[in-house]
Amino acid sequence: MIKQFGYFLEIVKGSLITTRHFVVNMFFHILNLVGIKTKRKGAVTRQYPEAPIEVARRHRSLHRLMLREDGKPRCVVCMLCATVCPSECIFIEATEDPDPEIQKYPSNFIIDLNRCCFCGFCVEACPEDAIRMDTGEVELARYSRGDLVYDLEKLTG
Amino acid sequence: MSDILILLIKIVAALVWFLVLTLYLTWLERKESAIMQDRIGANRADFFGIRVIGLFQPFADAIKMMFKEDFTPTFSRRFIHNLAPFVAFFFTAVTVQAIPFGDVLRVGGKEIKLQVLDIDVGILFILAMLSFTVYGVLLSGWASNSRWTLLGGLRGTAQLVSYEVALGLSLIGLVMVFPSLRFSSIVNYQGELLFGWLPQWGILLQPLGFIVFLFASLAESERVPFDLPEGESEIVGFFTEYSGLKWGLYMFTSFMKVLLIACLLTTLFFGGYHVPWLNPDGFHFPWGGEWLLPHGIVVLFQIIMFNVKVIFFCWLQILIRWTYPRFRYDQLMDFGWKFLVPLSVINIVATAIVMTLLK
Repeated sequence: MIKQFGYFLEIVKGSLITTRHFVVNMFFHILNLVGIKTKRKGAVTRQYPEAPIEVARRHRSLHRLMLREDGKPRCVVCMLCATVCPSECIFIEATEDPDPEIQKYPSNFIIDLNRCCFCGFCVEACPEDAIRMDTGEVELARYSRGDLVYDLEKLTG
Repeated sequence: MSDILILLIKIVAALVWFLVLTLYLTWLERKESAIMQDRIGANRADFFGIRVIGLFQPFADAIKMMFKEDFTPTFSRRFIHNLAPFVAFFFTAVTVQAIPFGDVLRVGGKEIKLQVLDIDVGILFILAMLSFTVYGVLLSGWASNSRWTLLGGLRGTAQLVSYEVALGLSLIGLVMVFPSLRFSSIVNYQGELLFGWLPQWGILLQPLGFIVFLFASLAESERVPFDLPEGESEIVGFFTEYSGLKWGLYMFTSFMKVLLIACLLTTLFFGGYHVPWLNPDGFHFPWGGEWLLPHGIVVLFQIIMFNVKVIFFCWLQILIRWTYPRFRYDQLMDFGWKFLVPLSVINIVATAIVMTLLK
């Protein structure tokens, strides 16, 4: 019984901590509700779908293929990205380019996002800076698997 | 004829007040726990695109529960299994009829008491009905014919029975001070002033009784610090085999108990509907000021004050529920039998001695 009295003080202290959190947060909630802007908010929650968080500049998001000035893809089908890819999700079809400086261009460039693990090795490997992962697109949920197979048109567009 | 009509209106109004407030207690619980934990809480439920800080959430919950499968396991005792949640619900819902919401309201030469059942044994009535809710726990635990529900039911019964003792004993001191078991006269006694300026509330005359009653009633409501019958982390509890609206009824009953305990704390220890220094004809401040008010406004003040106190105690109970971890079962029994019961007996003796000395 004496021991329980000893705990009692700590129990009261605990409830004071939660009360403090409640009162402080409620104060800022009410300030915001009335329309007074404060630097501190009542909650740390981000209202995600309405107010999305900007992803960091270095964040590895959905891929895109870069284009030359004339609108063709920069890719020269060296197959380095397809080789280095640990998930084996890159498939490239080569076609001969009339320009002898370029030699090859991709007639199709498929990234199977079902398999992709977003490691970014393809971006590292590319000698032409033709593939980048900087679109900031992270909401990649689809209703069918076919929708996640991105071809040249989707990747450049 | 009109008396019966007034009675019916009072019964329906009290029940509607009780059920609607209980419904929004679920919302309050979500919001308050969220704000305590630096979150926002349920705010997405909308009604044609209108979201009012999640106020439609209880209805969304209810609709969700309605469309769930109402499953009765084949090995259960079907009739009792179906009956049990309604037993628990009914005996909790009737208790509100004994709570006074306000003083007498005079309308067109009629005097309407803002209380449905003004019986002599109000306290005993509520304690008896609270004891009956044990049947809901016990029947569901037994009729589901599952080990976990049986364990939960047995624990619930043991807990409720042992805390009933402390609950009853803690009120004896109060009944000695305000010599009545009738709620309306207990509240009227609390409307008087101590030393001419201090409202004579139960907590000032019975601080120890208040503490024991608070803990014992928290245990009665079977929520987290004392949630052994449910025990989500180990046995899930006496309603393991329930689903859909019948499960919802159990959930609703536990929130109703929270509200009922808030009502009891208000009525017995915090002056019920009394606003400090508000007499039937207006405020009479102890420092000499006066603010006379018409009768309707006074009754309105009383009802608002009652609701404010009740909501404060709901808030307090939710705070306790979201602050403390749960007891182990033997700690729970120790706390009840070795701490609360002796404390309440000490309270009775101390009250008796002080009352004799002051006589």
